[in-house]
Amino acid sequence: MNWNSWSEFFHMGGYAFYVWGSYAVTAVLVVGEILLLRAHRQKALTLAKHTVKYGKVEKDKFDKDERNDEITA
Amino acid sequence: MSSLNWYKYSSPATFYGLAGKMIPWFYGAAALFCVAGLYIGLFLAPTDFQQSEAYRIIFIHVPAAWMSMFIYVVMAFWAALGLAFNTRLSFMMASALAPTGAMLTFVSLWTGALWGKPTWGAWWVWDARLTSELILFFLYLGFMALQAAIDDPRRADRAGALIALVGVVNVPIIYFSVRWWNTLHQGASVSMTKAPSMASIMLVGMLVMALAAWMYAIAAALSRARSIILEREKNSQWVAQMVEAEA
Repeated sequence: MNWNSWSEFFHMGGYAFYVWGSYAVTAVLVVGEILLLRAHRQKALTLAKHTVKYGKVEKDKFDKDERNDEITA
Repeated sequence: MSSLNWYKYSSPATFYGLAGKMIPWFYGAAALFCVAGLYIGLFLAPTDFQQSEAYRIIFIHVPAAWMSMFIYVVMAFWAALGLAFNTRLSFMMASALAPTGAMLTFVSLWTGALWGKPTWGAWWVWDARLTSELILFFLYLGFMALQAAIDDPRRADRAGALIALVGVVNVPIIYFSVRWWNTLHQGASVSMTKAPSMASIMLVGMLVMALAAWMYAIAAALSRARSIILEREKNSQWVAQMVEAEA
């Protein structure tokens, strides 16, 4: 083990900004992508359900469709 | 082998179910490799005698940079397959890979800047390696923007595939840039011909993080591919059956 204390670990030999700046932004982007993927999946599922229920619907029209909220609920 | 019917797996309906079963495993593997890699990289790997602790950015930077190139090659492969055989699923796979590839390319540029500042004294230099990686980022963005701009999905697929194929020449340029040109960027940390230029525990940490990035990229791309399949196949019989079975 390299570190004598947690504060030494977080200090990163004076490079904390660069090291943690790299790790933090990467973590935010990965978590953000996972959230976007989940939202994409929900939207696609709703679109599929809507299409099955109401017949052929263009994707663009669906986005503006007011019934959207009613169906997800 | 001959009994394996590849066409079965090229059907979006079969792929949708199969991918759904595989995704949790890839996410799980990514999480495990990530925890192990971070432990090795941040706790077991020693301080570098030249760069002190700043080098620990390598555990993010190199895996992200490797995957940024690899994902582009895989994307171009699916695009080529789609153009050659006109298989819907191939184009959908290419589209599913692009955002994850773009994200990892950005990570490699961002962590590179944060590493460059303390070691070279500059956030950015117009060096061959950095510039070609930036072009890779624009290729991903161009691919996505072009696909988003064309309404007809079949045309969007073909136009995107063309960018993917033309842009793939950039990948060997990135990879060999440190050898072909005199660059500020250091040479390859790992190569087939030479012994690795780093301590083995650092190398292990980097490789484990690369596996984490690989597993994550597969999970993310499969997940996105499933959503794209649903959007495109919403009028098909199998989607209707699946939706009705769930309701």
